[in-house]
Amino acid sequence: MTVTEEPATTPGYKWVGTRPIRPDGLEKVTGKARFGADLVLPGMLEAAVLRSPHAHARIVSIDTTAAEAMPGVKAIVTGADFPDLAEQGARPDAVMASHNVMARDKVLYEGHVVAAVAATTRKEAKLAAEAIEVSYEILDHLLNVDDAMADGAVLLHPDLKTRGMDPAPEEPSNIASRINHERGDLDKGFADADVVVERTFTTKPVHQGYIEPHASVADAGQDGRAHLWCSSQGHFSMRTQTASVLGWEPSKLKVTAAEIGGGFGGKTVIYLEPLAVQLSVKSGRPVRVVMDRDEVFRASGPASGTKMTVKMGITNDGQMTAADIWMAYEAGAFPGSPVGAAGMTAIAIYDIPNFFIEGFDVVVNKPKVAAYRAPGAPMIAFAVESVVDELAQGIGMDPVEVRLKNAVVEGTEASYGPKFPKIGFVETLDAIKSHEHYGAPLGPNQGRGVASGFWFNAGMNSSATVHVNEDGTMTVVVGSPDIGGSRASMGLMAAEEMGIDVANIQSIVADTETVGFNDVTGGSRVTLATGAAVVECCQMIKDDLKARAAKTWDCEADEVEWVDGQAQHTKGSETPLTLEALAQKSGRTGGPISATASLNARGVGAAFSTQLCDVEVDPETGVVTILRFTTAQDAGTAIHPSYVEGQMQGGVVQGIGWALNEEYIHNDDGTLANPSFLDYRIPVASDLPMIDTVVVEVPNPGHPYGVRGVGEVGIVPPLGAVANAIAAATGCRMEDLPMSPPRLLDALNQAAEAG
Amino acid sequence: MIRVHFGSSLRDLTGGEAEVQVEAASVRRLIKALDDRFPGMGERLAEGTSVSINGEILPDAIYEDLPDGAEVHFLPTLAGG
Repeated sequence: MTVTEEPATTPGYKWVGTRPIRPDGLEKVTGKARFGADLVLPGMLEAAVLRSPHAHARIVSIDTTAAEAMPGVKAIVTGADFPDLAEQGARPDAVMASHNVMARDKVLYEGHVVAAVAATTRKEAKLAAEAIEVSYEILDHLLNVDDAMADGAVLLHPDLKTRGMDPAPEEPSNIASRINHERGDLDKGFADADVVVERTFTTKPVHQGYIEPHASVADAGQDGRAHLWCSSQGHFSMRTQTASVLGWEPSKLKVTAAEIGGGFGGKTVIYLEPLAVQLSVKSGRPVRVVMDRDEVFRASGPASGTKMTVKMGITNDGQMTAADIWMAYEAGAFPGSPVGAAGMTAIAIYDIPNFFIEGFDVVVNKPKVAAYRAPGAPMIAFAVESVVDELAQGIGMDPVEVRLKNAVVEGTEASYGPKFPKIGFVETLDAIKSHEHYGAPLGPNQGRGVASGFWFNAGMNSSATVHVNEDGTMTVVVGSPDIGGSRASMGLMAAEEMGIDVANIQSIVADTETVGFNDVTGGSRVTLATGAAVVECCQMIKDDLKARAAKTWDCEADEVEWVDGQAQHTKGSETPLTLEALAQKSGRTGGPISATASLNARGVGAAFSTQLCDVEVDPETGVVTILRFTTAQDAGTAIHPSYVEGQMQGGVVQGIGWALNEEYIHNDDGTLANPSFLDYRIPVASDLPMIDTVVVEVPNPGHPYGVRGVGEVGIVPPLGAVANAIAAATGCRMEDLPMSPPRLLDALNQAAEAG
Repeated sequence: MIRVHFGSSLRDLTGGEAEVQVEAASVRRLIKALDDRFPGMGERLAEGTSVSINGEILPDAIYEDLPDGAEVHFLPTLAGG
């Protein structure tokens, strides 16, 4: 279902908005697509990584003597094989990124890399890794923000002092930074309220759960250069990050993007790449490193665990008057949780005159967190949307009406500062309110919940090259890995621009030496930013083609127009020249036809989603069944609606998993108890109904085709929507995620005991 | 004139002022002017700061021109997924 805000303004697209078969589909279903672990090079070695068994320990010594003598072993690397970036004056975040890839004097989480081995076979490499003798001095460990923020807590980083405090602290702590947003008079705001709700919520770290583990192949040459193949969300970014850890110039590395089996933000950072390169340098052979699933859980970055207190006030007529929010986000072993984004998104969908938002970035002995779809937003949205639901109940108002009454619109001053440009939040609320689902009957033990969410879109740097082939087809060359359908959307925008069949356009992802620089594929930015570069290329090619037609017809260029994929004389005095005809004669009119565009994208939109969830709760077991789920999201313009719907559904499904089952469970010694998909429960198809999508289209005026990023915001509301549905079904307001059967059953039993 | 809005995290440097008007033709010149007026502001804005110009958030805006009457906010740099 698609709701278009202003159909009259949609300029009759022929290709944009259609649903051609995905261009990468055939290779993927036939097994021909090459993912990170699929590359095999002549003479390639296999690597294994030795990881810390302790959550926090000082490395006293590492002895690789015995391992080096084992059969098949060709190279071993430890922290001693990587440069000391701090000594070289690198920024603290670069130093910490390097230490996350390879531990130096301390290990800060179970799974932290201590050494890596390259051998003829993977088995030999694993046996040798196990033979490396590491002596540890075990230290106290911290697994949650309460313990890490407590006075006297053991310090992960002895020099870490909290940024954002006034006055600046003199003593180090585990609090890396503080953020704060405020407006108006909080006391007055709560005094004006008729109903005030305050609750404290917690969420656990959750993993993105991409099916393809991290994998990397490196082949270092004798010339000080290396070629790297890896599955990532940005091979240019992999090049930059890997070069930093190695102390190399980025141009010494060539990175080729493998197909990616899921990323969701988790593949924006490096883990294996510097190990592969350094092992290849030392051995003189190509080296492949592939994580096992338990390594993915133990050592790659999940989303933060959090603790949040939300207090909000509302008048009886539904006007929100005040919000007081406190948040602490786990960063993992190194600073850098997304608490800043959480602070900016927490109440961004509402126009609240008085608020105080405070957040803390806290280091703990867990893997360094990584981005996960709309990083930081889903957790605080769970807390805020739960409280908003309770406020609506408190004043007896429909939950969608409450949101409509306080919704931000174009020109509203966002809680983080600037005024919103044209946005489509209200349209998503209207879409849910008018959906048949909203008034459908419910049965016993069933409940319905609604929640909304906001996420930024990014622009950033993108490059593209477009070639016209001699047969009149086109090749679109981009440097953004295709993680959500970008090859299809690039092709559709190019087809629309050129007026040719999308089947005659092939989009490819080129390596770092073949196309200009591209920032990471994240922030829901690629369709917008790389798309803008492709559109710019096509516009240059059209101008070029018109000039070539003018040369062919011996007329002025302004007498030629480009219509439906061919050059036409404005007076109709010449037989039109198709793209194929112009391509075949390109040698006579100036040579091959090609254009390149590089840009720092502007005109970024903002994304909103409203979602509706029906659940049934088994009162005897606490099991929650998702009965029905509808998601409405402003996509700007849905370039390829099937991919847009897929992004919307994917975000919802991951959010349902986050809400109901997913969590990192740690043993008392700080080790992870559930590092497998058997014990870390992600939703599968049989757990879920069809996720119904309503694609709302409020075009982004800043983009040639009205694009808004669609990849992330879909995961923001589900946690709150599910929690609100459970509250409606049971009367139990769940404050802790996941709302797994034991936890919900416990809440139901407590509620029953309380009468 | 440029209208500059300061979030809470910068107001320790501005003596609590939430908004000032500054004459500047680019972000670089604006930051220089702010640093002259509020010592330490330049260093604070040097790292991890995005700039919103008339509502458009730019992660790397140091050389951006500022149209007269622009509204500017300094924001943390965000990471997407």
